[in-house]
Amino acid sequence: MKVAKWRPYLLITPAIIVFLVFFIQPIFYMIYLSFHDWNFISPDKTFVGLENFKALLSDPMFLQVIRNTLMYTFFTVLFSISIALLMSIWLNRRGWMYSFVQGAVFSPHIISLVSIAMLWMWIMDADYGLLNWILSLVGMDKVPWLTDPNTALASLIIIAVWKNIGYYTLIIIAGLQSIPKHLYEAAALDQTSSFRRFTKITFPMLSPSIFFLTIIGILDSIKVFETISIITKGGPLNSTNTLVYYIYENGFIFFKIGYASAAGVILLVILSIVTLIYFKVLGKRVHYQ
Amino acid sequence: MKTSLPIKILNVIGLIVVVIIFAMPFIWMISTSLKTLGETMIFPPKWLPDELIWENFMEAWNSGPFLQYFINSVIVSVGILMLQFITVIPAAYAFARYEFRCKNILFGLVMVTMMIPAQLIFLPVFLNLSEWRLLDTLWGLILPFATSAFGIFMLRQTFKQVPEELLEAARLDNSSEFKIMMKMMVPMAKPTLITLGLFNFITHWNDYFWPLVMTTTERARTLPVGIAQLRQVDGGVAWNILMAGNVILVIPILITFFFAQRQIIRAFTYTGVK
Repeated sequence: MKVAKWRPYLLITPAIIVFLVFFIQPIFYMIYLSFHDWNFISPDKTFVGLENFKALLSDPMFLQVIRNTLMYTFFTVLFSISIALLMSIWLNRRGWMYSFVQGAVFSPHIISLVSIAMLWMWIMDADYGLLNWILSLVGMDKVPWLTDPNTALASLIIIAVWKNIGYYTLIIIAGLQSIPKHLYEAAALDQTSSFRRFTKITFPMLSPSIFFLTIIGILDSIKVFETISIITKGGPLNSTNTLVYYIYENGFIFFKIGYASAAGVILLVILSIVTLIYFKVLGKRVHYQ
Repeated sequence: MKTSLPIKILNVIGLIVVVIIFAMPFIWMISTSLKTLGETMIFPPKWLPDELIWENFMEAWNSGPFLQYFINSVIVSVGILMLQFITVIPAAYAFARYEFRCKNILFGLVMVTMMIPAQLIFLPVFLNLSEWRLLDTLWGLILPFATSAFGIFMLRQTFKQVPEELLEAARLDNSSEFKIMMKMMVPMAKPTLITLGLFNFITHWNDYFWPLVMTTTERARTLPVGIAQLRQVDGGVAWNILMAGNVILVIPILITFFFAQRQIIRAFTYTGVK
Protein backbone atom coordinates (compact mmCIF):
# COMPACT_ATOMS: atom_id res chain seq x y z
CA MET A 1 0.00 0.00 0.00
CA LYS A 2 1.20 3.42 -0.80
CA VAL A 3 1.19 5.91 1.99
CA ALA A 4 0.90 9.60 1.50
CA LYS A 5 4.29 11.23 1.04
CA TRP A 6 3.79 13.79 3.76
CA ARG A 7 2.78 11.32 6.43
CA PRO A 8 6.22 10.45 7.87
CA TYR A 9 7.06 14.14 8.04
CA LEU A 10 3.86 14.81 9.93
CA LEU A 11 4.76 12.07 12.41
CA ILE A 12 8.22 13.39 13.14
CA THR A 13 7.37 17.09 13.12
CA PRO A 14 6.51 17.56 16.82
CA ALA A 15 9.74 15.91 17.93
CA ILE A 16 11.87 17.75 15.38
CA ILE A 17 10.39 21.11 16.40
CA VAL A 18 11.29 20.50 20.04
CA PHE A 19 14.83 19.51 19.03
CA LEU A 20 15.29 22.56 16.84
CA VAL A 21 13.87 25.02 19.34
CA PHE A 22 15.38 23.70 22.53
CA PHE A 23 18.59 21.99 21.44
CA ILE A 24 19.86 23.04 18.03
CA GLN A 25 19.02 26.74 17.99
CA PRO A 26 20.51 27.26 21.49
CA ILE A 27 23.82 25.83 20.31
CA PHE A 28 24.04 28.39 17.51
CA TYR A 29 22.73 31.14 19.75
CA MET A 30 25.46 30.31 22.27
CA ILE A 31 28.14 30.45 19.58
CA TYR A 32 26.73 33.79 18.44
CA LEU A 33 26.73 35.15 22.00
CA SER A 34 30.30 34.01 22.59
CA PHE A 35 31.45 36.67 20.13
CA HIS A 36 29.53 39.40 21.92
CA ASP A 37 29.64 41.35 25.10
CA TRP A 38 26.31 41.46 26.89
CA ASN A 39 25.13 41.85 30.45
CA PHE A 40 21.57 40.56 29.90
CA ILE A 41 19.98 43.84 30.99
CA SER A 42 21.17 46.30 28.36
CA PRO A 43 19.31 46.09 25.06
CA ASP A 44 22.35 45.80 22.81
CA LYS A 45 24.98 43.18 22.43
CA THR A 46 28.37 44.49 21.33
CA PHE A 47 30.37 42.42 18.87
CA VAL A 48 33.82 41.80 20.34
CA GLY A 49 35.21 39.09 18.07
CA LEU A 50 37.42 36.65 19.91
CA GLU A 51 37.87 38.87 22.96
CA ASN A 52 35.85 36.58 25.25
CA PHE A 53 37.99 33.61 24.32
CA LYS A 54 41.18 35.59 24.78
CA ALA A 55 39.99 36.75 28.18
CA LEU A 56 39.06 33.20 29.16
CA LEU A 57 42.33 31.66 28.15
CA SER A 58 44.34 34.29 29.95
CA ASP A 59 42.26 34.04 33.11
CA PRO A 60 44.19 31.91 35.63
CA MET A 61 40.90 31.05 37.32
CA PHE A 62 39.50 29.60 34.12
CA LEU A 63 42.64 27.55 33.60
CA GLN A 64 42.21 26.22 37.11
CA VAL A 65 38.58 25.42 36.32
CA ILE A 66 39.69 23.43 33.27
CA ARG A 67 42.33 21.63 35.32
CA ASN A 68 39.79 20.81 38.05
CA THR A 69 37.32 19.53 35.49
CA LEU A 70 39.88 17.32 33.79
CA MET A 71 41.23 15.96 37.08
CA TYR A 72 37.72 15.26 38.33
CA THR A 73 36.78 13.55 35.07
CA PHE A 74 39.95 11.52 34.77
CA PHE A 75 39.95 10.13 38.30
CA THR A 76 36.20 9.61 38.50
CA VAL A 77 36.22 7.56 35.31
CA LEU A 78 39.42 5.71 36.18
CA PHE A 79 38.28 4.64 39.65
CA SER A 80 34.69 3.96 38.64
CA ILE A 81 35.77 1.61 35.87
CA SER A 82 38.56 -0.17 37.76
CA ILE A 83 36.48 -0.81 40.86
CA ALA A 84 33.44 -1.80 38.81
CA LEU A 85 35.59 -4.23 36.83
CA LEU A 86 36.64 -6.04 40.00
CA MET A 87 33.14 -5.92 41.46
CA SER A 88 31.51 -7.26 38.32
CA ILE A 89 33.82 -10.25 38.10
CA TRP A 90 33.02 -10.97 41.73
CA LEU A 91 29.27 -10.34 41.57
CA ASN A 92 28.58 -11.99 38.22
CA ARG A 93 26.87 -15.01 39.77
CA ARG A 94 23.36 -16.33 40.09
CA GLY A 95 21.36 -16.48 43.27
CA TRP A 96 19.30 -14.12 45.39
CA MET A 97 22.33 -13.04 47.39
CA TYR A 98 24.13 -11.71 44.35
CA SER A 99 21.12 -10.04 42.81
CA PHE A 100 20.40 -8.36 46.14
CA VAL A 101 23.95 -7.04 46.35
CA GLN A 102 23.77 -5.86 42.74
CA GLY A 103 20.56 -4.01 43.55
CA ALA A 104 22.06 -2.40 46.65
CA VAL A 105 25.15 -1.27 44.74
CA PHE A 106 22.98 0.13 41.98
CA SER A 107 20.57 2.04 44.24
CA PRO A 108 22.56 5.32 44.44
CA HIS A 109 22.22 5.63 40.69
CA ILE A 110 18.49 6.37 40.87
CA ILE A 111 18.63 8.73 43.85
CA SER A 112 18.48 12.46 43.29
CA LEU A 113 21.90 14.09 43.29
CA VAL A 114 20.48 16.56 45.78
CA SER A 115 20.11 13.83 48.36
CA ILE A 116 23.42 12.25 47.47
CA ALA A 117 25.19 15.58 47.84
CA MET A 118 23.57 16.43 51.17
CA LEU A 119 23.97 12.95 52.55
CA TRP A 120 27.68 12.92 51.79
CA MET A 121 28.09 16.42 53.07
CA TRP A 122 26.80 15.09 56.34
CA ILE A 123 28.86 11.90 56.23
CA MET A 124 31.98 13.91 55.40
CA ASP A 125 31.28 16.56 58.02
CA ALA A 126 34.61 17.35 59.65
CA ASP A 127 33.32 17.42 63.23
CA TYR A 128 30.44 14.99 63.52
CA GLY A 129 30.63 13.02 60.29
CA LEU A 130 30.43 9.26 60.02
CA LEU A 131 33.51 9.01 57.85
CA ASN A 132 35.79 10.71 60.35
CA TRP A 133 34.38 8.46 63.03
CA ILE A 134 35.33 5.40 60.98
CA LEU A 135 38.82 6.88 60.52
CA SER A 136 39.05 7.49 64.27
CA LEU A 137 38.33 3.78 64.84
CA VAL A 138 41.53 2.91 63.01
CA GLY A 139 43.39 5.66 64.84
CA MET A 140 43.47 8.28 62.11
CA ASP A 141 43.00 12.01 62.57
CA LYS A 142 39.93 13.88 61.42
CA VAL A 143 40.06 14.91 57.77
CA PRO A 144 38.38 18.20 56.75
CA TRP A 145 37.08 16.47 53.61
CA LEU A 146 35.03 19.10 51.86
CA THR A 147 36.32 22.23 53.52
CA ASP A 148 40.02 21.96 52.70
CA PRO A 149 41.23 22.98 49.22
CA ASN A 150 43.57 19.98 49.21
CA THR A 151 40.90 17.35 49.78
CA ALA A 152 37.67 18.90 48.47
CA LEU A 153 38.02 17.79 44.85
CA ALA A 154 39.10 14.31 45.92
CA SER A 155 36.06 14.11 48.19
CA LEU A 156 33.77 15.00 45.31
CA ILE A 157 35.45 12.28 43.25
CA ILE A 158 34.78 9.75 46.03
CA ILE A 159 31.10 10.72 46.01
CA ALA A 160 30.89 10.42 42.24
CA VAL A 161 32.62 7.03 42.22
CA TRP A 162 30.27 5.78 44.95
CA LYS A 163 27.31 6.83 42.85
CA ASN A 164 28.68 5.46 39.57
CA ILE A 165 29.94 2.04 40.58
CA GLY A 166 26.58 0.27 40.60
CA TYR A 167 25.74 1.37 37.09
CA TYR A 168 29.20 0.58 35.79
CA THR A 169 29.18 -2.82 37.47
CA LEU A 170 25.88 -3.83 35.90
CA ILE A 171 27.05 -2.73 32.45
CA ILE A 172 30.21 -4.80 32.79
CA ILE A 173 28.26 -7.78 34.14
CA ALA A 174 26.09 -7.63 31.02
CA GLY A 175 29.31 -7.57 29.02
CA LEU A 176 30.64 -10.59 30.90
CA GLN A 177 27.48 -12.53 30.28
CA SER A 178 27.72 -11.97 26.55
CA ILE A 179 31.15 -13.61 26.33
CA PRO A 180 30.68 -16.96 24.61
CA LYS A 181 31.20 -19.86 27.03
CA HIS A 182 33.17 -21.90 24.52
CA LEU A 183 36.11 -19.52 24.81
CA TYR A 184 36.49 -20.43 28.46
CA GLU A 185 35.96 -24.11 27.73
CA ALA A 186 38.80 -23.99 25.23
CA ALA A 187 40.97 -22.21 27.78
CA ALA A 188 40.12 -24.83 30.39
CA LEU A 189 41.24 -27.57 28.01
CA ASP A 190 44.53 -25.79 27.61
CA GLN A 191 44.80 -25.48 31.40
CA THR A 192 45.25 -21.72 31.17
CA SER A 193 45.81 -19.92 34.45
CA SER A 194 42.98 -17.74 35.67
CA PHE A 195 45.15 -14.65 35.34
CA ARG A 196 45.83 -15.46 31.69
CA ARG A 197 42.15 -16.24 31.18
CA PHE A 198 41.41 -12.71 32.37
CA THR A 199 44.04 -10.94 30.28
CA LYS A 200 43.55 -13.01 27.12
CA ILE A 201 39.80 -13.58 27.08
CA THR A 202 37.79 -11.60 29.60
CA PHE A 203 39.43 -8.22 29.26
CA PRO A 204 39.60 -8.12 25.45
CA MET A 205 36.02 -9.36 25.19
CA LEU A 206 34.93 -6.67 27.61
CA SER A 207 36.58 -3.90 25.63
CA PRO A 208 33.31 -2.70 24.01
CA SER A 209 31.68 -2.30 27.44
CA ILE A 210 34.72 -0.60 28.90
CA PHE A 211 35.02 1.71 25.95
CA PHE A 212 31.35 2.61 26.23
CA LEU A 213 31.72 3.32 29.94
CA THR A 214 34.81 5.44 29.37
CA ILE A 215 32.93 7.64 26.93
CA ILE A 216 29.75 7.82 29.00
CA GLY A 217 31.86 8.47 32.08
CA ILE A 218 33.73 11.33 30.46
CA LEU A 219 30.57 12.93 29.07
CA ASP A 220 28.89 12.55 32.43
CA SER A 221 31.75 13.75 34.64
CA ILE A 222 32.68 16.73 32.51
CA LYS A 223 29.26 18.26 33.10
CA VAL A 224 29.32 17.80 36.89
CA PHE A 225 27.29 20.51 38.56
CA GLU A 226 24.91 19.32 41.27
CA THR A 227 27.33 18.18 43.94
CA ILE A 228 29.42 21.30 43.43
CA SER A 229 26.48 23.66 43.52
CA ILE A 230 25.09 22.06 46.67
CA ILE A 231 28.22 21.20 48.61
CA THR A 232 31.14 23.46 47.79
CA LYS A 233 29.93 26.25 45.50
CA GLY A 234 33.22 25.84 43.68
CA GLY A 235 35.26 26.49 46.82
CA PRO A 236 37.26 26.43 48.95
CA LEU A 237 39.56 28.75 46.99
CA ASN A 238 38.11 27.58 43.67
CA SER A 239 39.54 24.13 44.25
CA THR A 240 36.30 22.50 43.08
CA ASN A 241 35.13 25.02 40.51
CA THR A 242 34.43 23.11 37.30
CA LEU A 243 33.38 24.10 33.81
CA VAL A 244 29.58 23.96 34.09
CA TYR A 245 29.58 25.60 37.50
CA TYR A 246 31.85 28.31 36.11
CA ILE A 247 29.46 28.92 33.21
CA TYR A 248 26.58 29.08 35.68
CA GLU A 249 28.43 31.50 37.95
CA ASN A 250 29.43 33.84 35.16
CA GLY A 251 26.08 33.74 33.41
CA PHE A 252 23.70 33.78 36.34
CA ILE A 253 25.56 35.57 39.10
CA PHE A 254 27.88 37.97 37.26
CA PHE A 255 25.68 38.33 34.14
CA LYS A 256 28.69 38.04 31.84
CA ILE A 257 26.64 36.36 29.13
CA GLY A 258 29.22 36.56 26.34
CA TYR A 259 32.00 35.35 28.58
CA ALA A 260 29.92 32.46 29.93
CA SER A 261 28.88 31.56 26.38
CA ALA A 262 32.51 31.43 25.32
CA ALA A 263 33.17 28.97 28.14
CA GLY A 264 30.11 27.07 26.89
CA VAL A 265 31.62 26.91 23.41
CA ILE A 266 34.76 25.39 24.91
CA LEU A 267 32.60 22.76 26.62
CA LEU A 268 30.89 22.19 23.28
CA VAL A 269 34.25 21.58 21.61
CA ILE A 270 35.32 19.09 24.30
CA LEU A 271 32.02 17.20 24.15
CA SER A 272 32.11 17.12 20.35
CA ILE A 273 35.60 15.64 20.30
CA VAL A 274 34.66 12.91 22.77
CA THR A 275 31.45 12.15 20.89
CA LEU A 276 33.27 12.01 17.56
CA ILE A 277 35.78 9.55 18.99
CA TYR A 278 32.87 7.47 20.23
CA PHE A 279 31.16 7.26 16.87
CA LYS A 280 34.43 6.77 14.99
CA VAL A 281 35.41 3.81 17.13
CA LEU A 282 31.85 2.49 17.15
CA GLY A 283 32.10 2.41 13.38
CA LYS A 284 35.17 0.18 13.63
CA ARG A 285 33.77 -1.77 16.59
CA VAL A 286 36.07 -2.60 19.45
CA HIS A 287 35.79 -6.32 19.72
CA TYR A 288 37.58 -9.46 18.85
CA GLN A 289 35.07 -11.71 17.22
CA MET B 1 34.46 -25.78 40.90
CA LYS B 2 34.38 -26.48 44.61
CA THR B 3 35.26 -23.74 47.02
CA SER B 4 36.32 -24.39 50.56
CA LEU B 5 34.27 -23.25 53.52
CA PRO B 6 36.59 -20.45 54.72
CA ILE B 7 36.56 -18.93 51.24
CA LYS B 8 32.77 -19.11 51.19
CA ILE B 9 32.55 -17.35 54.55
CA LEU B 10 35.02 -14.69 53.43
CA ASN B 11 32.94 -14.20 50.31
CA VAL B 12 29.77 -13.64 52.31
CA ILE B 13 31.54 -11.23 54.65
CA GLY B 14 32.79 -9.37 51.59
CA LEU B 15 29.27 -9.14 50.19
CA ILE B 16 27.99 -7.79 53.51
CA VAL B 17 30.72 -5.13 53.53
CA VAL B 18 29.73 -4.08 50.03
CA VAL B 19 26.07 -3.82 51.01
CA ILE B 20 27.06 -1.76 54.05
CA ILE B 21 29.08 0.65 51.93
CA PHE B 22 26.14 1.27 49.65
CA ALA B 23 23.19 0.96 52.01
CA MET B 24 24.59 2.45 55.19
CA PRO B 25 24.50 6.06 53.97
CA PHE B 26 20.74 5.69 53.47
CA ILE B 27 20.28 4.09 56.89
CA TRP B 28 22.37 6.87 58.36
CA MET B 29 20.16 9.39 56.61
CA ILE B 30 17.00 7.87 58.11
CA SER B 31 18.56 7.57 61.54
CA THR B 32 19.69 11.21 61.47
CA SER B 33 16.26 12.34 60.32
CA LEU B 34 14.78 11.04 63.59
CA LYS B 35 17.31 12.61 65.94
CA THR B 36 17.21 15.79 67.98
CA LEU B 37 19.53 18.56 66.87
CA GLY B 38 21.67 17.88 69.95
CA GLU B 39 22.06 14.24 69.00
CA THR B 40 23.52 15.20 65.62
CA MET B 41 26.30 17.09 67.36
CA ILE B 42 27.92 14.27 69.23
CA PHE B 43 31.23 12.64 68.42
CA PRO B 44 31.52 9.68 68.24
CA PRO B 45 28.13 9.70 66.51
CA LYS B 46 25.18 7.84 67.99
CA TRP B 47 23.76 5.12 65.80
CA LEU B 48 20.18 5.41 66.94
CA PRO B 49 18.29 8.32 68.47
CA ASP B 50 17.01 7.87 72.03
CA GLU B 51 13.59 8.93 70.95
CA LEU B 52 12.16 9.03 67.44
CA ILE B 53 11.50 12.66 66.60
CA TRP B 54 8.87 12.39 63.88
CA GLU B 55 8.27 16.13 64.17
CA ASN B 56 11.44 16.64 62.12
CA PHE B 57 9.49 15.67 59.03
CA MET B 58 6.78 18.19 59.81
CA GLU B 59 9.39 20.82 60.44
CA ALA B 60 11.16 20.11 57.16
CA TRP B 61 7.86 20.08 55.28
CA ASN B 62 6.67 23.31 56.88
CA SER B 63 9.91 25.22 56.43
CA GLY B 64 8.94 26.09 52.86
CA PRO B 65 5.99 25.76 50.50
CA PHE B 66 6.62 22.05 50.11
CA LEU B 67 3.12 21.18 49.03
CA GLN B 68 3.64 23.58 46.13
CA TYR B 69 7.02 22.00 45.34
CA PHE B 70 5.51 18.54 45.48
CA ILE B 71 2.63 19.44 43.17
CA ASN B 72 5.06 21.14 40.79
CA SER B 73 7.25 18.02 40.77
CA VAL B 74 4.28 15.81 39.95
CA ILE B 75 3.02 18.12 37.19
CA VAL B 76 6.47 18.41 35.63
CA SER B 77 7.32 14.69 35.74
CA VAL B 78 3.89 13.55 34.53
CA GLY B 79 3.67 16.35 31.97
CA ILE B 80 7.03 15.44 30.48
CA LEU B 81 6.07 11.78 30.45
CA MET B 82 2.82 12.36 28.59
CA LEU B 83 4.23 14.80 26.07
CA GLN B 84 7.12 12.45 25.38
CA PHE B 85 4.77 9.59 24.56
CA ILE B 86 2.81 11.87 22.22
CA THR B 87 5.92 12.99 20.34
CA VAL B 88 8.15 9.94 20.61
CA ILE B 89 5.76 7.19 19.46
CA PRO B 90 4.92 8.73 16.05
CA ALA B 91 8.50 9.80 15.40
CA ALA B 92 9.87 6.38 16.27
CA TYR B 93 7.23 4.76 14.11
CA ALA B 94 8.11 6.97 11.15
CA PHE B 95 11.84 6.33 11.48
CA ALA B 96 11.32 2.59 11.87
CA ARG B 97 8.73 1.98 9.18
CA TYR B 98 8.84 4.57 6.45
CA GLU B 99 11.28 5.54 3.78
CA PHE B 100 11.33 9.23 3.10
CA ARG B 101 13.63 11.89 1.77
CA CYS B 102 16.16 13.29 4.24
CA LYS B 103 15.39 10.45 6.62
CA ASN B 104 19.04 9.88 7.39
CA ILE B 105 19.74 13.55 7.93
CA LEU B 106 16.75 13.89 10.22
CA PHE B 107 17.67 10.78 12.17
CA GLY B 108 21.20 12.15 12.40
CA LEU B 109 19.66 15.22 14.00
CA VAL B 110 18.01 12.99 16.59
CA MET B 111 21.32 11.31 17.34
CA VAL B 112 23.12 14.64 17.66
CA THR B 113 20.46 15.88 20.08
CA MET B 114 20.93 12.76 22.17
CA MET B 115 24.51 13.87 22.79
CA ILE B 116 23.60 17.42 23.86
CA PRO B 117 23.32 17.62 27.65
CA ALA B 118 21.15 20.21 29.39
CA GLN B 119 24.32 21.53 31.05
CA LEU B 120 25.63 22.67 27.67
CA ILE B 121 22.65 24.70 26.48
CA PHE B 122 21.05 26.01 29.65
CA LEU B 123 22.32 29.54 29.22
CA PRO B 124 20.93 30.20 25.72
CA VAL B 125 17.70 28.34 26.58
CA PHE B 126 17.38 30.50 29.68
CA LEU B 127 17.71 33.62 27.54
CA ASN B 128 15.13 32.28 25.08
CA LEU B 129 12.67 31.37 27.80
CA SER B 130 13.11 34.77 29.36
CA GLU B 131 12.30 36.38 26.03
CA TRP B 132 9.22 34.18 25.63
CA ARG B 133 8.15 34.96 29.21
CA LEU B 134 8.35 31.29 30.14
CA LEU B 135 10.94 31.66 32.87
CA ASP B 136 9.73 30.67 36.29
CA THR B 137 6.79 28.75 34.82
CA LEU B 138 6.18 25.02 34.73
CA TRP B 139 6.17 25.26 30.91
CA GLY B 140 9.82 26.19 31.02
CA LEU B 141 10.50 22.99 32.91
CA ILE B 142 8.35 20.77 30.70
CA LEU B 143 8.61 21.97 27.08
CA PRO B 144 12.37 21.48 26.54
CA PHE B 145 11.86 17.81 27.45
CA ALA B 146 8.65 17.37 25.50
CA THR B 147 10.43 14.82 23.37
CA SER B 148 13.34 12.49 23.89
CA ALA B 149 16.00 11.56 21.39
CA PHE B 150 16.89 8.56 23.50
CA GLY B 151 13.24 7.51 23.52
CA ILE B 152 12.94 7.79 19.74
CA PHE B 153 16.14 5.82 19.30
CA MET B 154 15.07 3.08 21.69
CA LEU B 155 11.49 2.75 20.46
CA ARG B 156 12.60 2.75 16.83
CA GLN B 157 14.67 -0.37 17.54
CA THR B 158 11.62 -2.07 19.03
CA PHE B 159 9.31 -1.06 16.18
CA LYS B 160 11.82 -2.34 13.64
CA GLN B 161 11.61 -5.81 15.10
CA VAL B 162 7.92 -6.18 14.34
CA PRO B 163 7.66 -8.44 11.25
CA GLU B 164 6.53 -6.64 8.10
CA GLU B 165 3.99 -9.42 7.33
CA LEU B 166 1.94 -8.45 10.37
CA LEU B 167 1.68 -4.91 9.10
CA GLU B 168 0.82 -6.08 5.59
CA ALA B 169 -1.96 -8.24 6.97
CA ALA B 170 -3.36 -5.34 8.92
CA ARG B 171 -3.19 -3.11 5.87
CA LEU B 172 -5.08 -5.70 3.80
CA ASP B 173 -7.78 -5.49 6.46
CA ASN B 174 -7.96 -1.80 5.62
CA SER B 175 -6.73 -0.69 8.99
CA SER B 176 -5.66 2.91 8.94
CA GLU B 177 -1.99 3.65 9.54
CA PHE B 178 -2.89 5.42 12.75
CA LYS B 179 -4.77 2.37 13.96
CA ILE B 180 -1.83 0.12 13.08
CA MET B 181 0.48 2.34 15.05
CA MET B 182 -1.70 2.61 18.12
CA LYS B 183 -3.41 -0.78 18.17
CA MET B 184 -0.58 -3.01 16.95
CA MET B 185 2.76 -1.39 17.43
CA VAL B 186 2.21 0.28 20.76
CA PRO B 187 0.97 -2.84 22.57
CA MET B 188 3.91 -4.80 21.18
CA ALA B 189 6.29 -2.15 22.43
CA LYS B 190 4.80 -2.11 25.91
CA PRO B 191 7.95 -3.31 27.72
CA THR B 192 10.01 -0.63 25.97
CA LEU B 193 7.43 2.02 26.81
CA ILE B 194 7.41 1.01 30.47
CA THR B 195 11.20 1.09 30.51
CA LEU B 196 11.19 4.50 28.90
CA GLY B 197 8.51 5.79 31.23
CA LEU B 198 10.33 4.67 34.36
CA PHE B 199 13.58 6.13 33.12
CA ASN B 200 12.04 9.50 32.33
CA PHE B 201 9.92 9.73 35.41
CA ILE B 202 12.80 8.99 37.77
CA THR B 203 15.19 11.24 35.87
CA HIS B 204 12.90 14.25 35.92
CA TRP B 205 11.60 13.61 39.42
CA ASN B 206 15.21 13.74 40.63
CA ASP B 207 16.36 16.58 38.42
CA TYR B 208 17.84 19.53 40.23
CA PHE B 209 19.82 21.34 37.59
CA TRP B 210 17.10 22.45 35.19
CA PRO B 211 14.50 23.60 37.74
CA LEU B 212 17.22 25.41 39.68
CA VAL B 213 18.39 27.32 36.65
CA MET B 214 14.98 28.06 35.10
CA THR B 215 13.16 29.28 38.19
CA THR B 216 13.70 32.44 40.18
CA THR B 217 10.91 32.17 42.75
CA GLU B 218 9.23 29.32 44.58
CA ARG B 219 6.29 29.47 42.15
CA ALA B 220 7.65 26.84 39.76
CA ARG B 221 10.28 25.17 41.91
CA THR B 222 10.25 21.43 42.32
CA LEU B 223 10.96 19.19 45.27
CA PRO B 224 14.73 18.71 44.73
CA VAL B 225 15.27 22.48 44.53
CA GLY B 226 13.16 23.01 47.64
CA ILE B 227 15.07 20.35 49.55
CA ALA B 228 18.40 21.78 48.45
CA GLN B 229 17.37 25.12 49.89
CA LEU B 230 16.51 23.69 53.28
CA ARG B 231 20.06 24.26 54.42
CA GLN B 232 19.69 28.00 54.03
CA VAL B 233 16.96 28.05 56.66
CA ASP B 234 19.23 29.45 59.35
CA GLY B 235 22.90 30.04 60.01
CA GLY B 236 24.00 26.61 61.15
CA VAL B 237 23.11 23.32 59.54
CA ALA B 238 20.27 21.41 61.16
CA TRP B 239 21.26 18.00 59.86
CA ASN B 240 18.26 16.24 61.35
CA ILE B 241 15.82 18.51 59.48
CA LEU B 242 17.90 18.36 56.34
CA MET B 243 17.97 14.57 56.37
CA ALA B 244 14.23 14.47 57.07
CA GLY B 245 13.68 16.52 53.92
CA ASN B 246 15.88 14.17 51.94
CA VAL B 247 14.09 11.11 53.27
CA ILE B 248 10.88 12.62 51.87
CA LEU B 249 12.61 12.98 48.49
CA VAL B 250 14.30 9.58 48.44
CA ILE B 251 11.78 7.18 49.97
CA PRO B 252 9.28 7.14 47.07
CA ILE B 253 12.09 6.30 44.66
CA LEU B 254 13.58 3.61 46.91
CA ILE B 255 10.18 1.98 47.39
CA THR B 256 9.57 2.00 43.64
CA PHE B 257 13.01 0.53 43.15
CA PHE B 258 12.28 -2.19 45.66
CA PHE B 259 9.19 -3.33 43.77
CA ALA B 260 10.34 -2.75 40.21
CA GLN B 261 14.04 -3.41 40.54
CA ARG B 262 14.36 -5.44 37.34
CA GLN B 263 12.51 -2.96 35.14
CA ILE B 264 14.32 0.04 36.62
CA ILE B 265 17.73 -1.52 36.17
CA ARG B 266 16.79 -2.42 32.61
CA ALA B 267 15.63 1.15 32.02
CA PHE B 268 18.85 2.69 33.24
CA THR B 269 21.29 0.25 31.69
CA TYR B 270 19.57 -0.06 28.33
CA THR B 271 22.09 1.90 26.26
CA GLY B 272 25.07 0.10 27.68
CA VAL B 273 23.77 -3.44 27.54
CA LYS B 274 22.38 -3.45 24.04
